[in-house]
Amino acid sequence: MDLVFWIPALVAIVATLLAVTNYNPVHGLLYLIVSLLAVALIFFRLGAPFAGILEVIVYAGAIVVLFVFVVMMLNLGDAVVEQEKRWLKPRVWAGPAVLCGVLIVELWRVVWPAGATHPLSDAVIDAPHVGVALFGPYLLAVELASMMLLAALVAAFHLGRHD
Amino acid sequence: MYDLLFLVFALPLAGFLILAFGRGRLGENGAAAVGVGSVGGAALVTAGLVAQFLGHPPDGGAYTQVLWDWMKVGGFTPHFALRLDGLSLTMLGVITGVGFMIHLFASWYMRGDDGYSRFFSYMNLFVASMVFLVLGDNLLFLYFGWEGVGLCSFLLIGFWYKDAANGSAARKAFIVTRVGDTFMAIGLFWLFRSLGTLDIQQVLQLAPQAFDSESGRQAVRGIALLLLGGAVGKSAQLPLQTWLPDAMAGPTPVSALIHAATMVTAGVYLIARTHVLFELAPDVQHLVGVVGAVTLLLAGFTALVQTDIKRVLAYSTMSQIGYMFLALGAGAWSAAIFHLMTHAFFKALLFLSAGAVILACHHEQDIRKMGGLRKTLPLAFWCFVVGGGALAAVPYITAGFYSKDEILWQAYAGGHMDLFLAGLFGALLTSIYTTRLILVVFFGEEKTHAHAGHGVSYWLPLAVLLVLSTFVGGLIHPPLEGVLPAAPGEGGGAAQLGIEALSGSVAIGGILVTALVYFTRPRALLALAQAPAAQAVRRFWFSAFGFDWLYDRLLVRPFFWLVRVCSGDLFDQAIGTIPELLRHANVLSTRTQTGRMRWYAASFAAGAVLIVAAVMFRG
Amino acid sequence: MIVPFEQVLFVSGVLFVLGLMGILIRRNILFVLMSIEVMMNSAALAFVAAGNRWGQPDGQIMFILILTLAASEASVGLALVLQIFRRFKTLDTDAASEMKG
Repeated sequence: MDLVFWIPALVAIVATLLAVTNYNPVHGLLYLIVSLLAVALIFFRLGAPFAGILEVIVYAGAIVVLFVFVVMMLNLGDAVVEQEKRWLKPRVWAGPAVLCGVLIVELWRVVWPAGATHPLSDAVIDAPHVGVALFGPYLLAVELASMMLLAALVAAFHLGRHD
Repeated sequence: MYDLLFLVFALPLAGFLILAFGRGRLGENGAAAVGVGSVGGAALVTAGLVAQFLGHPPDGGAYTQVLWDWMKVGGFTPHFALRLDGLSLTMLGVITGVGFMIHLFASWYMRGDDGYSRFFSYMNLFVASMVFLVLGDNLLFLYFGWEGVGLCSFLLIGFWYKDAANGSAARKAFIVTRVGDTFMAIGLFWLFRSLGTLDIQQVLQLAPQAFDSESGRQAVRGIALLLLGGAVGKSAQLPLQTWLPDAMAGPTPVSALIHAATMVTAGVYLIARTHVLFELAPDVQHLVGVVGAVTLLLAGFTALVQTDIKRVLAYSTMSQIGYMFLALGAGAWSAAIFHLMTHAFFKALLFLSAGAVILACHHEQDIRKMGGLRKTLPLAFWCFVVGGGALAAVPYITAGFYSKDEILWQAYAGGHMDLFLAGLFGALLTSIYTTRLILVVFFGEEKTHAHAGHGVSYWLPLAVLLVLSTFVGGLIHPPLEGVLPAAPGEGGGAAQLGIEALSGSVAIGGILVTALVYFTRPRALLALAQAPAAQAVRRFWFSAFGFDWLYDRLLVRPFFWLVRVCSGDLFDQAIGTIPELLRHANVLSTRTQTGRMRWYAASFAAGAVLIVAAVMFRG
Repeated sequence: MIVPFEQVLFVSGVLFVLGLMGILIRRNILFVLMSIEVMMNSAALAFVAAGNRWGQPDGQIMFILILTLAASEASVGLALVLQIFRRFKTLDTDAASEMKG
């Protein structure tokens, strides 16, 4: 039992569950941040410190903050919490929950068959390795990603205007 | 000068292309300039060709201009060549000369119409196709032009396509002539199989030897019959004549150019062009004459009772082409072409002045609603008098007399008494219905208020054709020697004078009797028309001897019945289930598109469950 | 001893299914977008684990590409959220169900 992996994993799972079921958007976002930080810890454990750092900076630090800004702009208050309470009835979530439970069981049987173990290594793949590969064989993908970011920027600017 | 021969068709073709691609953007004046100018240029070139042809005839009486090889299929390499001889020169003169006058008139007649430039583009295409038809030195080339003029005829009859009746008239013309064209195509196939060529000169040279056996005579009889089938379709002769009266749905200049002066006479040209084949099959040649004689009588009777000014002229066209066929059947080849030419002059004149009358009376075509137009439309009146005189063949002062008399004389001299008598009786009918038309339209009390046209493009074409319809036109002598064989009775002397006197007195007698009865005994005429027997005869004649009714019962209705029966058969239903199933599937899948995103996501998830389950149970 | 590859994949799968459940049960667009972020994050976790499994940096590169995708998706999606809220005065996804067939 690798506690350094399983403790953050359990934290991530519980925090995610709370994030997607919370009535309050701000609370949900905070749980999401917890979940992301836990996943960042898993990254460190898996020998990917660069990914872990990016997870903290970009995911938790930029994207979720964007969500928070939007919640602030929309000025969602107690009315939304009441509304969420009305929307989240057992009748609504029971079916999807069963479906997702079945899916989890199936995934468990498929990706974690009894006795199959491919141990991971302790070797660290550091930022220099990633950088060399990123600006070597993946140069085209980097360019495409940059173009997509630009397009997203333009689209967000266009959609966000008051008309 | 001969080098410019290709311009005669290239100019109208260029005009068509310019108008077709620049349609609507040229404006009325631009379209008229292009449309009329291109045909005018072709007419000028033709005039130059005529001058040179008469001054310095080419070697052998014909000039051939090879443009390029049309296609190469095995040993079959038709040249794209133009051949100018006396016959095609005569036809060229008619097409471009009369065509130019009609184009000029049309630039006045069509003014203000939505499809002004479309009209001229079709007209130019028609002139180009017609020139193809007469200049082609190859029967395939001729057939190409033959189909081209058919297409233009279809387009122009249905020119005012927003009225469904015009569209069905156009379709009728197209389909009925297509019947003849199919005969002609089969005839051409047979001819190629027998002789191995479709080059007209080679055909004419090879035919006498090739068809010199018993089976050869059978073959040439079949070929001549099939070519005759094509000719009767195009020239509106019995039994394919029903389309011509309906073709009057097109604009009047179209009726003048296509359905009077040029296209409908293409059948006459075809038979004259392939005269050797018909001479090798004398019974078919006689059949040509009989077809012409029957058609001219039938059309003459029908024209007596028509009330639409253009339909009267249409039936008279039919009857005059009957004269040409009669001449062909009697072996009077030159006389047929001569009558074709003079007929083009006076019938174009009649149609154009009818157009002037129709426009002056605000698109009224019923002659019973006209009357007394003599004073308000003097130019149209005199055009009708001269043109009608030429149509009725008033002796010595009209062009029609010279040609029609030539035909009657040749029929008599060749011993074809049946054809001669039919022609003579037809002359009487012609004079009667012509006089009736002029009297009803231009005399009597005035029933509508007419506005005379003005402008040079109005009176110049009428004036030129007016002059050509008098004896001046009769003086023009088509240079047909060497192209067509001599007729039996050349230079008849006293006997010919007797025939001239006979036919002339018939024409004048018919006119005088009609006028006399009309002016002195109108009440007796009316009483006669009221008699029940006369009414029945009138109805029968009015329906053109019931051919439309007959064809409707015999061909159209059984065909529609067959179509209805076949449309619901087993195979159709079997195939019909496929689209039916697809439609139901479409309805079902439309239901699933609720616009609710969570349902879409749920179906994704369900699909994922199934797929992962499949993976799980496989392993 | 470090954890086996299969267990990391399973954790990633659980996170993914939780995100999916969020999409299925929430009507609020904001939560739907958050769930999508969770799902993408779980995919990134699987990539990084696979990168470790074979000792290659490609897994982390995929993570970076997913990161850019998530960033663009979040920016466009949130702009749309603003528009929808402005137009319908609600964040209910069913309010925008105008594309039903």
